[in-house]
Amino acid sequence: MKKLEAHLPKGLEGLARDSVMLMHQKMVTIRMVEDLIAESITKKEVGCPCHLYSGEEAVATGICANLRKDDWIYSSHRSHGHYIAKGGSLDALMAEVYCRQTGASKGRGGSMHLSSPEIGFPGSSAIVSGTISLAVGSALAFKIMNTDRIAASFFGDGAADEGVFYESLNFAALYKLPMLFVCENNLYSTHLHISKCLADRDLVKKARAMGVHSTSIDGNDAIGVFKAAKKLVEKMRGGGGPEFLECMTYRHRGHVGPNYDLEKGLRSKDEFKEWMDKDPVDLIERKIIASKLATREELDAIREGIQDRVKTAQKKGFNARWPSCGSDSAFVEATWRRRE
Amino acid sequence: MRRLTYAEALNEALHQLLEADDSVMIIGQGVTSPWYVGNTCVGLIDKYTSSRVIDTPVSENAVTGAAVGAALAGMRPILVHPRLDFMHYAMDPIANQAANWYYMFGGKLSVPITIWGIINRGGEQGAQHSQATHAIYAHIPGIKVVMPSTPYDVKGLLRSCVYDGNPVVFIDDRWLYKIEGDVPEKRYSVQIGKGKIRRKGKDLTIVATSYLVHEALRAAEELAKKGISAEVLDPLTLKPLDEDCIVKSVGKTGRLLVVDGGWTSFGAAAEIMARLAENEGILEIKAPLKRLALPDSPAPASRTLEKNYFKRAEDIVREAAKLVR
Repeated sequence: MKKLEAHLPKGLEGLARDSVMLMHQKMVTIRMVEDLIAESITKKEVGCPCHLYSGEEAVATGICANLRKDDWIYSSHRSHGHYIAKGGSLDALMAEVYCRQTGASKGRGGSMHLSSPEIGFPGSSAIVSGTISLAVGSALAFKIMNTDRIAASFFGDGAADEGVFYESLNFAALYKLPMLFVCENNLYSTHLHISKCLADRDLVKKARAMGVHSTSIDGNDAIGVFKAAKKLVEKMRGGGGPEFLECMTYRHRGHVGPNYDLEKGLRSKDEFKEWMDKDPVDLIERKIIASKLATREELDAIREGIQDRVKTAQKKGFNARWPSCGSDSAFVEATWRRRE
Repeated sequence: MRRLTYAEALNEALHQLLEADDSVMIIGQGVTSPWYVGNTCVGLIDKYTSSRVIDTPVSENAVTGAAVGAALAGMRPILVHPRLDFMHYAMDPIANQAANWYYMFGGKLSVPITIWGIINRGGEQGAQHSQATHAIYAHIPGIKVVMPSTPYDVKGLLRSCVYDGNPVVFIDDRWLYKIEGDVPEKRYSVQIGKGKIRRKGKDLTIVATSYLVHEALRAAEELAKKGISAEVLDPLTLKPLDEDCIVKSVGKTGRLLVVDGGWTSFGAAAEIMARLAENEGILEIKAPLKRLALPDSPAPASRTLEKNYFKRAEDIVREAAKLVR
């Protein structure tokens, strides 16, 4: 084992081949799902608004690789990546994007509202900053129940524009909760650059000011995210209290839909190119090849397999049945009687 | 039977719930303060662990979200907002998250949370320490709203809310806290969605909510002296509303006066009247449907203005008499 590690480029030491390859597989899956959805939106097959995760794959993947099934993650409107990284079903995801009965939320939620409690994904909400306090509350419950489970919330830099973000940081610090705040800083809050939203862009400083231990890392390097998260998760399981992790990243596409927002002048071509050169999927593949964990040909074969699976899920979802009217209820009826 | 005040009955309900079930918790502002939220929370922090009796910073939005997140993860939180005015800050976790969660995710997870909001007004407290906003919550699908008016009902309804499995907004009124009534010592539940006839009558039906049930009963005494027999109906739950109970009563009396402590326009009274107007079961109405609620203006401070603003038995008597005349 020592011998093998000597061959690895800087940054890959100590990581088992399986872990790296599994992360690669998740990231490629997320990318292909998003590309396929983008194509399907263009063909007008998808009706609901989709906020695609392309370009941010390393964050969800690197963090979820450190979480157990019974740890809970909450997500936002940009939720596909988190759902896949935590182990969500591709069939259920694609069917939900098409708002079909077989979808993750039976066609009641759409792209922004995925749920799979059995894998520790209670739900994703379309309100910016909306699930941060919910995750804090689940962390509180895990602590009251005397478990070593942790809760995490994924949100963008736009969430730092909301007051509840600061309230939640304070609350988690106050009660030393096992809560991981994951900020995917992609520099944009919908169409608006972060410099036009925040007078002070130093989020680490802000989270620290609320009493939460904070770190900022390169969010496009999956291996780096994995290692940072591993350390934090271990600390939190040991009762170390909440952590704030800012992952610097970039969404390839616009805020919503398949386009790139370049044609509208919302961001510069230079900035776009600079980030495309740091593409997280490319990056992990280059590392894998350089460290001889797999060859380009082997990676291509893996990609082909994933493409088939994603396409099958897409077809299945598109052809699934629509929800039927007349059976909707906003309530769970009298479940407590059974429990008592 | 044993007599307790409304506040004592609520306190007993909280003790019994926390004692019997480790998943029940109470969280909110003032639960360990020397005033114990109008004495409803007396003794809780002495008897139960501080992880299940949590006095919080004034972060209504995050604290409410946290209670929702704890409910999703398996707790049965009772979240207290000592004033409904402050609960406006918590609208996102209530209306966007808790209310939608069960439906929006195809029935995967429910939110068994009791959101206890208190109407606290009078005493020249002014517009931001006075509001009765129950109708706002009753408007939101996915939320149930109860307004217990007696010591017996407050104890039983709190229990039903905690075990309902859905987000329930539980609204009481500080003007109720000293009212006494019979309360059994044992644990019991009062069903959500069932109204009660508080006084039988044949000339008109007065549907009154929360504290105004007591004003309506006083009014009915006065009306009796004038030869008018008023039936007083307490819906107890605003949503789901016990429409049958109301229809049956108005079907008998032919007249309706709704008395509500919220604002008039688009309020609880408006909804109750609309239900009757739409109901095909009532063929004969002897007088126009009538409501008595707060004027469409903010609550004043000055006691001279307050006297005119909040409705009392004498206002009910006056309106009721006009209908029967």
